[in-house]
Amino acid sequence: MTLDQKTHDELVEIAGRYPEKRSGLLPMLHLVQSVEGRVTPEGIETCAEIIGISPAEVSGVATFYTMYKRRPVGDHLVGVCTNTLCAVMGGDAIFETLKSHLDVGNDETTEDGTITLEHVECNAACDYAPVMMVNWEFMDNMTPASAVQLVDDLRVGKEVTSTRGPRLCTWREAERVLAGFPDGRVDEGPAAGAASLVGLEIAAERGWTAPATQASGAADGAPKTSDDPVAESARVEQESPTDTTAAEKKEAK
Amino acid sequence: MVDTLTPVLTKNWGQDRAWTLPAYEAQGGYKALEKALSMAPDDLITAVKESGLRGRGGAGFPTGMKWSFIPQDNPKPKYLVVNADESEPGTCKDIPLMMASPHTLVEGVIISSFAIRANKAFIYIRGEVLHVIRRVQAAVAEAYAAGHLGTDIHGSGYDLDIVVHAGAGAYICGEETALLEGLEGRRGQPRLRPPFPAVAGLYASPTVINNVESIASVPSIVANGPEWFSSMGTEKSKGFGIFSLSGHVNRPGQYEAPLGITLRELIDLAGGIREGHQLKFWTPGGSSTPLLTDEHLDLPLDFESMGAAGTMLGTRALQLFDETTCVVRAVLRWTEFYKHESCGKCTPCREGTWWLVQTLAALEQGKGRESDLDLLLDQCENILGRSFCALGDGATSPISSSVKFFRDEYLAHLTHGGCPFDAAASTAFSPAGASV
Repeated sequence: MTLDQKTHDELVEIAGRYPEKRSGLLPMLHLVQSVEGRVTPEGIETCAEIIGISPAEVSGVATFYTMYKRRPVGDHLVGVCTNTLCAVMGGDAIFETLKSHLDVGNDETTEDGTITLEHVECNAACDYAPVMMVNWEFMDNMTPASAVQLVDDLRVGKEVTSTRGPRLCTWREAERVLAGFPDGRVDEGPAAGAASLVGLEIAAERGWTAPATQASGAADGAPKTSDDPVAESARVEQESPTDTTAAEKKEAK
Repeated sequence: MVDTLTPVLTKNWGQDRAWTLPAYEAQGGYKALEKALSMAPDDLITAVKESGLRGRGGAGFPTGMKWSFIPQDNPKPKYLVVNADESEPGTCKDIPLMMASPHTLVEGVIISSFAIRANKAFIYIRGEVLHVIRRVQAAVAEAYAAGHLGTDIHGSGYDLDIVVHAGAGAYICGEETALLEGLEGRRGQPRLRPPFPAVAGLYASPTVINNVESIASVPSIVANGPEWFSSMGTEKSKGFGIFSLSGHVNRPGQYEAPLGITLRELIDLAGGIREGHQLKFWTPGGSSTPLLTDEHLDLPLDFESMGAAGTMLGTRALQLFDETTCVVRAVLRWTEFYKHESCGKCTPCREGTWWLVQTLAALEQGKGRESDLDLLLDQCENILGRSFCALGDGATSPISSSVKFFRDEYLAHLTHGGCPFDAAASTAFSPAGASV
């Protein structure tokens, strides 16, 4: 069985984005997974042929990176972060709960083929611990109960939305986006989750801003004031600093 | 007097549809690009040098100096590669930046590429952050449509293309030469240096590799001037940075402040350690930076002070653990991570991290002997400084620092015949966690 013509053409297109074709290999393998549900021997051979390297070289790459799967993945790839911080904050308990609830082990798929469960390493969302990922979308501040609800919803095909992102697609659809083919969901979800904004909110409450541009700093032509009202109010606030915290900070140093 | 928090990169994160070009331009976005294109590239490099900006990916190498290492007489193409492979445990600043305001990064990429005279730039984003990748892909597309990218950008005669590249799961690709291997479609194993990437990087051509936050800081430096940037921070650690608080603190999240703020100040802002508990240990900049304790709350979080305390500023990934947390369990888990992520290229790291896990796991289960602690430190000594790249060195950091500060806790596992802690008490959802 070989890949269809459309996939072949898209693989060629990916390779063409780079000065050297081989640079396209990582996204090409993502595309293979989106079509085949895993990295198949046919996918490896097609990539090798397009790039002009041996299938063994492609296999060497496919086996190095953890996102490439050699066994079929379920409709949804559910990851639980069990790196230290998330583990301590409850990731271990969540992972144990899900293994038992779904009756699968790590990197195994439920009998109905809907969910593959795995533990994942730090996914750069530690301020939302414990964190889960579904098809590489963030599911923040999870508990064992919310994790069970999440997988139950996924199994019955209910629409689920990332806690600070879009409606979840399937794992295969996600792999297609990673290959560089957008799916139109970019404008779903907020700009940032609550934890990403805490410092900004405190700064706004207390009137803290970065310094305004000083005249002396404008030797290279930077304007002293901005026509941006936010920057302008920042400048005004900076020129009348009255808060005690700044003084406290000086003492601390 | 500079304020305690100084939102610059995070400033627009709360805006409606902050990720779109109209929202970014409405708050002054791409004005710095206009200014940069009217400057000489060498003057841009000088400005970034004078600002004192040091790499925000952990190592703290001066960004402008890195740019000046590019041999402009080399006839090969020059490349800018953005390291957006944020994977260091605890580090969570670049991902929200790219999700909320990808144009800050894209504008920085264009200015930085112009400065080093690159006509092709790559943003290498770890693959495990789908929505972030969507947002960066869309921002690049919008920038092309607006004429900020492509040929003859705004009539300047300068051409630039950006490729958004998704990785595929490998912590090691945060190491810059391993990242280049990944970007060349190979297994992500580090390269021997020299030659350094500035001379022979991507496709053996002169290449600058910078962290997301470093590149995202560039537009503000160009817009406001290097003196503005260096008016924040400490003597040798200039400017602002995003400090990421996580763990047992009331308001975990992102706090953008001048370098040199202390953890005590940050914890105060974050509403304190969770009710009824005390700070036990913390990482200043990810798991590869040696642990500190509550004795170190008043140290300025800058490169020099952290170095003097025997650790590193790293990525300002402040993971906070209270007294319910078993340090041995925490360190074992990090060690398992390093073992899993070791690329296998060099023996000290490949074999050494395996042995570290064996020894630590036995201690954690209370099965070892006291002499195993010395064995553990001996193993660390044989990895530190003998590994091919910093991954092996980093693997030893949590171990040697935790033995230094918490030796008794390791021994308690032996006398107790296992872990004396209740793991449930550490969780975010445990009733025990909320009230002792």
